[in-house]
Amino acid sequence: MERWAFEEVLAFTRSWDAVYFTAMFVVAAIYAYWPKNKAKFEAAARIPFEDEGH
Amino acid sequence: MKHEKFERNSILLLVGILIVVAIGGAVEIAPLFWVNGTIEKIAGMRPYTPLELEGQKIYVSEGCNVCHSQMIRSLRDEVERYGHYSLAAESMYDHPFLWGSERTGPDLARVGGKYSDQWHLAHLADPRSVVPESIMPPYIHLEETDLDYSDIKEMLEASRDVGVPYTDEQVAHAREDLEAQVNPDGDGVDGLKARYGAKVSVRDFAGQPGRITKADALIAYLQMLGTLVDFKTYQAHAPENRR
Amino acid sequence: MQTAASEASASWRIDLFVLPLILGLGWLAGILEAARSPDPAMAIQGWTFAACMMGIGVWYLWSYAGRTPADERTPYANDVVKAGVIASMFWAVAGMAVGLILALQLSFPHWFYFPDVPWTNFGRLRPLHTSAVIFAFGGNVLIATSFYVVQRTSRARLWGGSLPWFVFWGYNTFIVLAGTGYLLGITQSKEYAEPEWYADIWLTLVWVCYLLTFLGTIIKRREPHIYVANWFYLSFIVTIAMLHIVNNLSWPVSLLESQSYSLFSGVQSALTQWWYGHNAVGFFLTAGFLGIMYYFIPKRAERPIYSYRLSIVHFWSLIFIYIWAGPHHLLYTALPEWAQTLGMTFSVILWMPSWGGMINGLMTLSGAWDKLRTDPVLRMLVVSVAFYGMSTFEGPVMSVKTVNALSHYTNWTIGHVHSGALGWVAYVSFGAIYCLVPWLWGKKTLYSNALVEWHFWISTLGIVLYITSMWVAGIMQGLMWRAYNEFGFLEYSFAEAVQAMHPYYIIRAIGGGLFLAGVLIMVFNLWKTVRQGAPAAAAAALVPEAAE
Repeated sequence: MERWAFEEVLAFTRSWDAVYFTAMFVVAAIYAYWPKNKAKFEAAARIPFEDEGH
Repeated sequence: MKHEKFERNSILLLVGILIVVAIGGAVEIAPLFWVNGTIEKIAGMRPYTPLELEGQKIYVSEGCNVCHSQMIRSLRDEVERYGHYSLAAESMYDHPFLWGSERTGPDLARVGGKYSDQWHLAHLADPRSVVPESIMPPYIHLEETDLDYSDIKEMLEASRDVGVPYTDEQVAHAREDLEAQVNPDGDGVDGLKARYGAKVSVRDFAGQPGRITKADALIAYLQMLGTLVDFKTYQAHAPENRR
Repeated sequence: MQTAASEASASWRIDLFVLPLILGLGWLAGILEAARSPDPAMAIQGWTFAACMMGIGVWYLWSYAGRTPADERTPYANDVVKAGVIASMFWAVAGMAVGLILALQLSFPHWFYFPDVPWTNFGRLRPLHTSAVIFAFGGNVLIATSFYVVQRTSRARLWGGSLPWFVFWGYNTFIVLAGTGYLLGITQSKEYAEPEWYADIWLTLVWVCYLLTFLGTIIKRREPHIYVANWFYLSFIVTIAMLHIVNNLSWPVSLLESQSYSLFSGVQSALTQWWYGHNAVGFFLTAGFLGIMYYFIPKRAERPIYSYRLSIVHFWSLIFIYIWAGPHHLLYTALPEWAQTLGMTFSVILWMPSWGGMINGLMTLSGAWDKLRTDPVLRMLVVSVAFYGMSTFEGPVMSVKTVNALSHYTNWTIGHVHSGALGWVAYVSFGAIYCLVPWLWGKKTLYSNALVEWHFWISTLGIVLYITSMWVAGIMQGLMWRAYNEFGFLEYSFAEAVQAMHPYYIIRAIGGGLFLAGVLIMVFNLWKTVRQGAPAAAAAALVPEAAE
């Protein structure tokens, strides 16, 4: 019984991690390359140069 | 109003990171705790005797594991050099594991019984006196220092608390079992063997009668390493042992 | 800045109540351990801890009794960053000196072992070296730079009043406790997680304070976006907290003794430890230092990061993939096959986000490559990224099972670690510190660019000697262990392989010695920089509060 449970967990882990990984990567890539976000990220890239003068 | 949203974003980032890293680790590690699928069922494994447990403590304290592995990989040359590849079950009572990551010195998983006590004693005191090429540090202080085993009962109890199956009787007799293991002529030998098995080595490991030194404990531990499992009855290819 | 100042005075005084209280309780606990423990080593640890608590307490009195330190009236907290820089350099010299001693012990055991002084043996000094360079040097660099960067990119002062100082002192107390503990023979044996239960509890407390300081500063930022360097820093802080707590779950033999037993044993303990160990590399030595890369390279090159979008993809894929790679430390062992395969697969995939990050760092220089010729500090930063690329290529190769069969347990691993540790971690740290010292101390330039050149070339030569000797040694060692003679027997005894290492150990020691010499040049240069004349006008523009 316990042995069966181990195999079950294993099968779940093995099939699920690929899906999880792909989904995460796609979400991150879409977020990064979403056209609407372009201006926001270009502004963000300049943050290190904006702390002078206060 | 706007400010609130930014605050939420930083918490969102925090939660996002936690989810990504926590799930990854949990999914990989959790299945190992289904012990039946991870650790072989083999004959011979027993919790360490009190003296061996003290020896293991010295092994850790001196950092022996920094240069010596205790994990023979399932590769032809390793099996020929060191003996049968290590089984998961063989370190099931090591809290934590002592597999090591470096072989600045040789593997010690099956060093038990390969050399005499006298060899170990000389080697620990001055490694280059017996192995001229050795780069191991000298450990002469081990045979010069009395073993402080005042807390041996607590050590067994703490081990039991984390899962080592010490019996009440083993805990209660921890001190006398420790003393019995270096005194083959004493009265405690029968009790020690009754509690830990007839195979337990009982002798004056460091050769200083009437005295229990750190070298006694460390050599007792080293001489036990890899000798517990009975490989005559172990069948590597049996379905329950494949993983 | 009036808003920040009033905001601060209204809420932060609670830190001057809570933190000294913690110090007092810590002092009491230390004294109790010292007085009651039957174990002399633990008693020394108790005294050490109590002395640290008292020292920090005196510092609190000296700094805060009846006044507000001048540094707290400026827009950015700078003094704690300065303290972190000084501590970093101190620990760099100490940790690398111990490393050199270890290298000499393996080269000349007759001369560098002392039978009467067992606490100088390799087994006790080795964790002292690794902890001193990773956690003491690296940790202080991360704390100092993260405090600097999060303030500038959030345009907000560090949150928590004296809390950042508590983080600094508390963290260094942990270092002292851990380091003296190793010399006394106190260790859990787990690599990079050697400190025992009480030091682990203390670090957990300090780390929570670190997270609060960092997160609190981000929350009160006056900048809509959270700059990507802070993502890396935050993931480093959060993940290390998780790894540290889970991997160190253990049960002390008694509250008065140093020894404890890990909650996990054998194979579970092995995987948990290398899940921790590899992610200490991934999140402490990689994510944290990538935070440095993403701020200091653009800042020094005076141009924004090559692709901010790439940095986002880099971040999420890196932290996701790293967390799975741990089992590559356990190939062909008693770890179940499926876990080994999983670890190997993710380790190989890890190559991609790593190189994504490298490309992002290097390409930031595009159009400004000439600066590498004139600015040795920028060159150090950029070369660090190149080393990052090299060791993150080597790592996936070594985690392929057939390669690992040869490389595991050999000096190749030591070489690999040091190409990352010296080439990437130390160089990016040196680059950042060379930037920070003139900025923080209000100097126009470093005392001597020529000395930076000397540092760069001497240490680069050191790295090359170090890693090439360890490559050759490691591969030779692996081949000797598996060599068969014509009769089908193993050709070499283990001792013969040890003997064959001798020349390479000496070359390695020379390489390490050169690297240490470079650091000493750096310390001299920084010292002269701080001591040189009045701040120049140009420096004022770089340091905001000097302009006010």
